[in-house]
Amino acid sequence: MSGLDSGVLDITGLTKSYRSASETVAVLRGVNLRVGAGESVALTGESGSGKSTLLHLIAGLDAADGGEIRVDGTALSGLNDAGRAALRRNRLGLVFQQFNLIPSLSVEDNLKFQSRLAARHDAAWHTELTERLGLGDLLRRYPEQLSGGQQQRVAIGRALAPKPLLLLADEPTGNLDEDTADEVLRLARDLVARSGCGFLMVTHSARLAATLDRQVTLHAGLIA
Amino acid sequence: MSAERITRRAFAAGGALLALAAKARAQGFAGLEQKADGFARVTPGRTFSFPADHGPHPEFRIEWWYVTANLRDAAGTAHGAQWTLFRQALQPGTNLEGWATQQVWMAHAAVTRADTHRTAETFARGGVGQAGVEAAPFRAWIDAWQMRARDGFDAGKVTPLELTASAADFSYALRLTADRPLVLQGDGGFSKKSEREQASYYYSQPFFKVVGDLAIDDKLAAVSGLAWMDREWSSQPLAADQSGWDWFALHFDGGEKLMLYRMRQADGAHYASGNFIAPDGKAMLLATDEIAMTPKGTTEIAGRKIPTAWHVAIPRLKLSIDCAPLNAKSWMGTSFAYWEGPISFAGSHRGAGYLELTGY
Amino acid sequence: MQLATLLIGLISATALWSGVQALNQQARHSYDRAAAIFGGARTAMLVAKDGGAFPQELFVDLRRAGWPVSPVVEGRIQIGGRSLRLLGIEPVTMPGEAGNAPALARVELQAFIAPPGRMLVAPETLSQLKLAEGARPQANNGMQLPPLRLQQSLVPDVLVVDIGIAQEILNMPGQVSRLLVGKAGGKRAALASVAGDRLQPIEPDAASDLERLTDSFHLNLTAFGLLSFFVGLFIVNSAVGLAFEQRLPMLRTLRSCGVSARMLNGVLVIEQVMFALIAGLAGLACGYFIAAALLPDVAASLRGLYGAAIPGQLTLKPQWWLAGIAIAVLGALAASAVSLVKAVRLPVLASAQPQAWRQAQQRWLKWQGASSVLIFAVAAGLLWLGDSLLAGFAVLAALMIGAALALPPILERVLALGEGISDKPLARWFWADSRQQLSGLSLALMALLLALAVNVGVATMVESFSRTFLVWLDGRLASDVYVFAKDDRQSNDIRTWLRSRSEVQAILPTGRADVQFAGDPVEVFGIVDHATYREHWPLLEAVPNAWVRLRPGDAAFISEQLARRLKLSIGDRIDIPATNGTWRLEIAGIYADYGNPKGQITVNYAALTRYFPAIPQTRFGLRVEPAQVPELIAAIREKFMLDDRSLADQATVKAESRRIFNRTFAVTAALNAFTLGVAGVALLTSLLTLANSRLPQLAPLWAIGVTRQRLAAVELLKTMAVALITALLALPLGLMVAWCLLAVVNVKAFGWRLPFQVFPLQLVQLVGVAMLAALFAALLPVLRLARMQPAGLIRIFANER
Repeated sequence: MSGLDSGVLDITGLTKSYRSASETVAVLRGVNLRVGAGESVALTGESGSGKSTLLHLIAGLDAADGGEIRVDGTALSGLNDAGRAALRRNRLGLVFQQFNLIPSLSVEDNLKFQSRLAARHDAAWHTELTERLGLGDLLRRYPEQLSGGQQQRVAIGRALAPKPLLLLADEPTGNLDEDTADEVLRLARDLVARSGCGFLMVTHSARLAATLDRQVTLHAGLIA
Repeated sequence: MSAERITRRAFAAGGALLALAAKARAQGFAGLEQKADGFARVTPGRTFSFPADHGPHPEFRIEWWYVTANLRDAAGTAHGAQWTLFRQALQPGTNLEGWATQQVWMAHAAVTRADTHRTAETFARGGVGQAGVEAAPFRAWIDAWQMRARDGFDAGKVTPLELTASAADFSYALRLTADRPLVLQGDGGFSKKSEREQASYYYSQPFFKVVGDLAIDDKLAAVSGLAWMDREWSSQPLAADQSGWDWFALHFDGGEKLMLYRMRQADGAHYASGNFIAPDGKAMLLATDEIAMTPKGTTEIAGRKIPTAWHVAIPRLKLSIDCAPLNAKSWMGTSFAYWEGPISFAGSHRGAGYLELTGY
Repeated sequence: MQLATLLIGLISATALWSGVQALNQQARHSYDRAAAIFGGARTAMLVAKDGGAFPQELFVDLRRAGWPVSPVVEGRIQIGGRSLRLLGIEPVTMPGEAGNAPALARVELQAFIAPPGRMLVAPETLSQLKLAEGARPQANNGMQLPPLRLQQSLVPDVLVVDIGIAQEILNMPGQVSRLLVGKAGGKRAALASVAGDRLQPIEPDAASDLERLTDSFHLNLTAFGLLSFFVGLFIVNSAVGLAFEQRLPMLRTLRSCGVSARMLNGVLVIEQVMFALIAGLAGLACGYFIAAALLPDVAASLRGLYGAAIPGQLTLKPQWWLAGIAIAVLGALAASAVSLVKAVRLPVLASAQPQAWRQAQQRWLKWQGASSVLIFAVAAGLLWLGDSLLAGFAVLAALMIGAALALPPILERVLALGEGISDKPLARWFWADSRQQLSGLSLALMALLLALAVNVGVATMVESFSRTFLVWLDGRLASDVYVFAKDDRQSNDIRTWLRSRSEVQAILPTGRADVQFAGDPVEVFGIVDHATYREHWPLLEAVPNAWVRLRPGDAAFISEQLARRLKLSIGDRIDIPATNGTWRLEIAGIYADYGNPKGQITVNYAALTRYFPAIPQTRFGLRVEPAQVPELIAAIREKFMLDDRSLADQATVKAESRRIFNRTFAVTAALNAFTLGVAGVALLTSLLTLANSRLPQLAPLWAIGVTRQRLAAVELLKTMAVALITALLALPLGLMVAWCLLAVVNVKAFGWRLPFQVFPLQLVQLVGVAMLAALFAALLPVLRLARMQPAGLIRIFANER
């Protein structure tokens, strides 16, 4: 827990609850989690256990009630909206179940979008990503013209293009069939390993979770 | 001939003029229930004087000059012709001059054939010359329609006359001659029209012979036949409980004339009256209980059911006849609508005449 | 929100449409009233050859010859300083088709015709006279007039009495001014055999028919109303589309629960009709207020341009309300037809097909481009072949529809270009995303384009007209003082007196004769040969020495309207039916005569009085030292008791003309503003509609690290950019519209062609207004985005949506 051996992601005592009309539901009750550089971690748990919420908090998309998230030593609680956006831009890569590509832009523009936005574009790395993800022939296409597996590969490429410290993935293969899922995840693991970033993946599949370095389970608002 | 006719005509003349101005078809007899205050009254014992009485009597409220004719062309085809000029004073009192005069005029003209019935009407203010009647030389006119004395006029027989009318789709010019004197109707020309005070001055010339020309749609035909003239003036309007009447003017093949009417009252008690005139001009008044008039068939026109076929029986005259219209659709679709057209009859007697049906 | 949008769309569509309809209806109603005053223009008439009164014996003679005529006597009387038209009619012979004779109840005929009679008066006139019904006003000559009686259907400024009473008031015993000829058939004797050559027939179709003259004006109003209506329907269309998208899941659920498509559709239609009824009523109320607000200007325009008197009080018939509701319902159903069809065809299961927007959009753009080319071709064809006012408007309509359809493809190209040249990722997204939004925004942008183009077009036309008109007015109103004497005697007296005044430099008598020429009424206008005219009177075309040519009386200048209508040009000869035989004239010049619905022929004054000896010689202009004008006018007024109508100085006449002119286009300007406003609302509703469906597009950018504020700014910029491109495209279109109005529509409608001028400052202003409208429209959705809570955006990433 000391600052010296801090990982790319350090979560301590994180709490988050949602207020509905009649009651307050505590989703996270003091989560502690650490992901080291180059480490890949699968976050599992039942439906509604708060996996996605945790991921959103890490990405700075939402604010926690208590506890602390540090990304590469930077405490998210100390950042304002713009700071969190910069953090996402520069340090994080996000992959969602629904791919969430930008439909009006071509594959190539999608791939480059975040890296160029963050001014972290690296032509060699871009070429390598394109090759490894097998997107060389698809660069001029638009997302709607791609299969689900292809779209998710673009999403992974886009997230990794700025060489983030941490790749966050929320059920990245949830919309894919088993074979495609395995292939996409294999690519993701390879590229994560190649770039040396941390990898935190939310999944409900024990089979996929088993392919990562470490598995943690979120249960009753805590990580066991 | 009678009171009912006076009232209807009075209504038609005055009411139609007013309705024209109002652009509405006033219905009912409302205007005629007014008292005749200020107008001259009709009283018994009047001495008629001709030609003066052929002219207008402006001190009375209503007046008309009226001719019906039963005609045939060279081929024997039956025709009917009607010519009526109405006068009404809008208010009593001194007759004003020029445009200010209270005298207004209306006229109806019609021709009838078995296959067609044409009508026309026109209106005029008195005072400026558009319409009027002059006793001597006798002349009654409105617009281009007129009835006027011809050379050698005999005021006592009101003959010979020339009668003309023209409209968009018909016209006629007839010459009328009679060889018998006028017939004063009722009691020496005083014709009571109800048990109350309503009455009129009334005389007729039923003995006209006619020759002339009649055109329908510009097809001219020379015609000849018989005609009947009525002259009537009064001030007292129709009684409130009278709904209409059925009136006959008949020329017998034997030369006799018969005038009949049945007045329909709201209480259902129909009152009939008549006058039988022998070929020599001698008149015989007929009382209500001597006359049986029975509708035998109806025609539907303008949404109304009109009895156009009749059986008439008068035991005192040994008369029992069936009357049939020349054209059952002889509807006068004028501002004030009624049925009036030529008829023929057969049975104990044969002949032709005119039938008028109002208030249906 | 959708409900509000839907209602706004329907209300604005109905309001403008029905407002314009109310104005038209009011005007038409007035024309009917005018035509209904006993032989206004709709009845055939007999008038004296010399235009004067004639003895009523002719009336009687004609009646007795079978003519269904009715006499009318007419004159003017003064009551308390107001000059009113007095009509004497004969109610008994009045032809039924001569219009609504006074509704006299049966008792009233007697009261109307017997002295003192009744004087029928319109409600407006009664209140202007500040008199109560039944009062007996006194004429300025001291005569006691008949008791006033209110007559709702009567036109203002007219008093109607019985002919006998009118003859007395006007001191015209036994005289009539004209005879109305009824349609009743019958044999009529030949006119000449009855009246000799004293009377001449006037056909009922004479061009003084206000309705025909003002048709173009009303067509103009209707065109605006229609435009607004369609813009309103754009709004409804987008609102219904959004509501439908949002309710898709519910509709699916209902369908899967076994509700039939037909029943579902029935419910949706009923719902639409309900909304349409509510909005229609509200729209009608708004329309009523719009119409009431614009009516004074419309009335002023019509009076100024055509001399048509429209009462300032708005009265509406039930048909107007019914038509308004009907059009609201029909419009709503038409606008929601696409969504309703979708609802019918809705598959019960949501298909997981990706939104293939790009391909769909490409197809759609191709289709639109092709249609627009086709419609442009139609416009060109109409321009080439058409020769009517309707064709002119059809050209305009085709031009605008074509341009509207061409807008999305053009925008697409421009945006693609922008995308091509920009390098920064956010900039590329800016262009690319604008392109994608095109299908959703295009209807609103089309509305903006059309509204703006019409604004540019009309503003250009008005400005062109304004400049031309004012220059022209300066030339035409060359005299310093204008005098209209009561009669020839007074005219002579005044002129004799004026000759003794040193400040009067010239007396310029003018004369006017009205003739029927080539089937239309034409004014023959006589002016003396004087430097005033030679120096000022503007000629569009002329032979050399034109003014000299005019002098002998065998040459004429004709107005542009007449030249165009009869296709006459310089050197052609025309034959005018003059009182003293046919008058052959050679055309020596053509001049502009803006605002005159009748054709005009200008000739030498002396020649005019030779050919038309009977014309009143009561009008003349004076050249006077300007400084001495007020003094002279005061002197004439005092000496000859002339009122303001009979004596005017140049400045007053000019000011009056300008005032009329300005008000003529006040209506157009107001409707213009309304239209632009509605277009702004259309843009707003489209953006609001899009805002919700755009979250999935924006959320990934936010997740990637673009702040909400930055996103909002980009969104605003996008709307402004698209609006700017649209506005810039609207400029050439608007100028084309202006050209079309000036060179096609005006020529057909009024008979004159104005020079086409471009006013850059005005265009810049209009673009500014358009951008402001776009800014306001975009602001609300953008602010909502900037302030959106993260939870709203995160929802996009939730796995179960």
